[in-house]
Amino acid sequence: MKRIVTATVINQSGVLNRITGLMTKRQFNIESITVGHTETEGISKMTFVVNVEGDGKIEQLIKQLNKQVDVLKVSDITDQAIVVRELALIKVISNAQIRSELSGIIEPFRASIIDVSRENLTVQVTGDSDKIEAIIDLLRPYGIKEMVRTGITAFPRGSQKSVTDLKQYSILN
Amino acid sequence: MRAKARNEAEAVTMEMTGADILIDSLKKENVEVLFGYPGGAVLPIYDALYRSPIKHILSKHEQGSIHAAEGYARVSGKPGVVIATSGPGATNLVTGITDAMMDSLPIVIFTGQVASNVIGTDAFQEADVMGITSPITKHNYQVRDVKDLPRIIKEAFHIASTGRPGPVLVDIPKDVSNKKVAPVEDFKVNLPGYQPTFSPNVLQIKKLADAIGTAQKPVILAGAGVLHATAGKDLLAFSEKHQIPVVNTLLGLGSYPGNHPLFLGMGGMHGTYTANMALYECDLLISIGARFDDRLTGNLDHFARNAVVAHIDVDPAEIGKNIPTQIPIVSDAREALKSLLDVETRTPETDEWRKQLTEKSEQYPLWYKTHTEEFLPQRVIELVHKHTKGDAIITTDVGQHQMWAAQYYSFTDPNKWVTSGGLGTMGFGFPAAIGAQLAFPEQTVVSLTGDGGFQMTLQELSVLQELNLPVKVVIVNNQSLGMVRQWQEAFYEQRYSQSLIPIQPDFVKLGEAYGIKAYQVHTEEEAEAVFSEAFSHRDPVLIDCRVSASENVYPMIAPGKGLHEMIGVKP
Repeated sequence: MKRIVTATVINQSGVLNRITGLMTKRQFNIESITVGHTETEGISKMTFVVNVEGDGKIEQLIKQLNKQVDVLKVSDITDQAIVVRELALIKVISNAQIRSELSGIIEPFRASIIDVSRENLTVQVTGDSDKIEAIIDLLRPYGIKEMVRTGITAFPRGSQKSVTDLKQYSILN
Repeated sequence: MRAKARNEAEAVTMEMTGADILIDSLKKENVEVLFGYPGGAVLPIYDALYRSPIKHILSKHEQGSIHAAEGYARVSGKPGVVIATSGPGATNLVTGITDAMMDSLPIVIFTGQVASNVIGTDAFQEADVMGITSPITKHNYQVRDVKDLPRIIKEAFHIASTGRPGPVLVDIPKDVSNKKVAPVEDFKVNLPGYQPTFSPNVLQIKKLADAIGTAQKPVILAGAGVLHATAGKDLLAFSEKHQIPVVNTLLGLGSYPGNHPLFLGMGGMHGTYTANMALYECDLLISIGARFDDRLTGNLDHFARNAVVAHIDVDPAEIGKNIPTQIPIVSDAREALKSLLDVETRTPETDEWRKQLTEKSEQYPLWYKTHTEEFLPQRVIELVHKHTKGDAIITTDVGQHQMWAAQYYSFTDPNKWVTSGGLGTMGFGFPAAIGAQLAFPEQTVVSLTGDGGFQMTLQELSVLQELNLPVKVVIVNNQSLGMVRQWQEAFYEQRYSQSLIPIQPDFVKLGEAYGIKAYQVHTEEEAEAVFSEAFSHRDPVLIDCRVSASENVYPMIAPGKGLHEMIGVKP
């Protein structure tokens, strides 16, 4: 199952190496990983999407991440109300004739065309992974020449629905 | 004006090199002995050491340094400190660092690094030590600014020796060691991401106390966490109070008196039948400072199947890792045991259970051939026990002799058993004995080793020679890689591929080459005579015991089998 895990870390050299190293060592499959600064200087936040089997495995991942000296906080936010965003840049083959047709596809996604040349144009789209998958599916028939995705970044919404069955993993009993 | 000039002069003289700051910090950490080997990138550090009274033990290979530091840490509880140079110096430590990580030993390692301005250029003797050691250290640092050095060293010792102990490496570029700076005194240790839990959650303790009260077949599994927490006395008090039998892990031996009526022996692949059946049949398993290694559990499907599992461990990541746990308790072992002793608990009715177990141990004790003319390896261990009155510090390598030592050298006191459990490192035992002897110069230290493992690190004999360290090296020489041979006999139709070593060096001459008294013995009578002589003086000795080559370690759980499927339980 796919889980979204965030880790707040001290921005030290080597911390990314340690974290990806432990994931490799313990055979966790990382689907995407993003890292960036937070509002606090010297503190970065990582967002991982990992594919794991079973609750035991994700609990183990969180505990192993927590053990790292430079890791301050780890949360599995998959089951919370969260804001999730990913950005994709998609270079689609297009000539002048189909450019407006493509605009028709892009517009409902609130994506934008950020570069145009004679043979192709580049679409920038942000959203959750499903939305990005959807636009990719629609653009594929036109011929995707090149594509990059950032992987998702996420955090919990300002207010959480009062859910009682939130998964709690016993880090400290 | 003059006063100002003097102040400035004082300020200048107060400046210290990074290397001097390092040595100064080691003094502040009460480091008595360093294990190391010099080289280009640590020249400034060795220069500072030249001016310092701290004892330095020069090994003959960096692996010898780190295993000695592990032996020192294992018996003393204090961090073992290692210095090695950049590149090959650091990479030669890798086996020992991994070993210390697996067996949770507090080690602080200082490696030299090439100068900051050439890092990343594949400079002479450069290696990516941070990258290489990330997965095998509890934490590692590269010092970028000499001003950070006192803080980093303080943090390194703190991290290595608290919580679940482990190795911490500090990589110091040569220019940082050379750089002069007025040392920062008022640094703050700030580790917001490292706050190990020390005391147990009272509700979980209560839950365990309730489980104890209603248990019919409780058993305690005590691991090395009990030793790290110096909780032996508390464990004894707890088990006696509630009459709960105790099983030790390999690394936990010594945490409970080996001659106690509640002691069932070691569990696991070559543990006692009774210990394993207790783990198999129990209805409450209280694991204290053990991590359910696969060599202990055997096939997980058959491990403590009907038991409520309570797991006390200072490392939360161990709880639930291999075995589903109903009562998790993140805590230092001693704190947890103290809380358990304090909390009101009904003492369970264990008479019937203990009777069953006593019957098992009477019916299926450890055994070896008795009607034989052969000189058996098990007898070597028993003779060492006899001649040391069971009171020596025993270090081992890995393999058959290690298992026989665990089975037949009954440990009654903590911190006398030094073995490589998790990583299973051949070549560990002899240098570890050097470290143990340095920690306790007055005690008898025996390096029980195999002919295979000894030859991996025997160059450290020079340390015995140099310091006249009274380590007694006892080679259990079966002229083979015994455990490999045993598995080939059992599982590969006796195809002894590369495991028989009939051509041996003359270990007596080898010992003598290092100025060490050495003997070869072929029979029990010869061994008796040589042992009485060897253990009567305070000089190093090497004894090559030529034992039967065909002995196997029994009883045994074959790979993939459960605890109840032991073979070789009876002659």
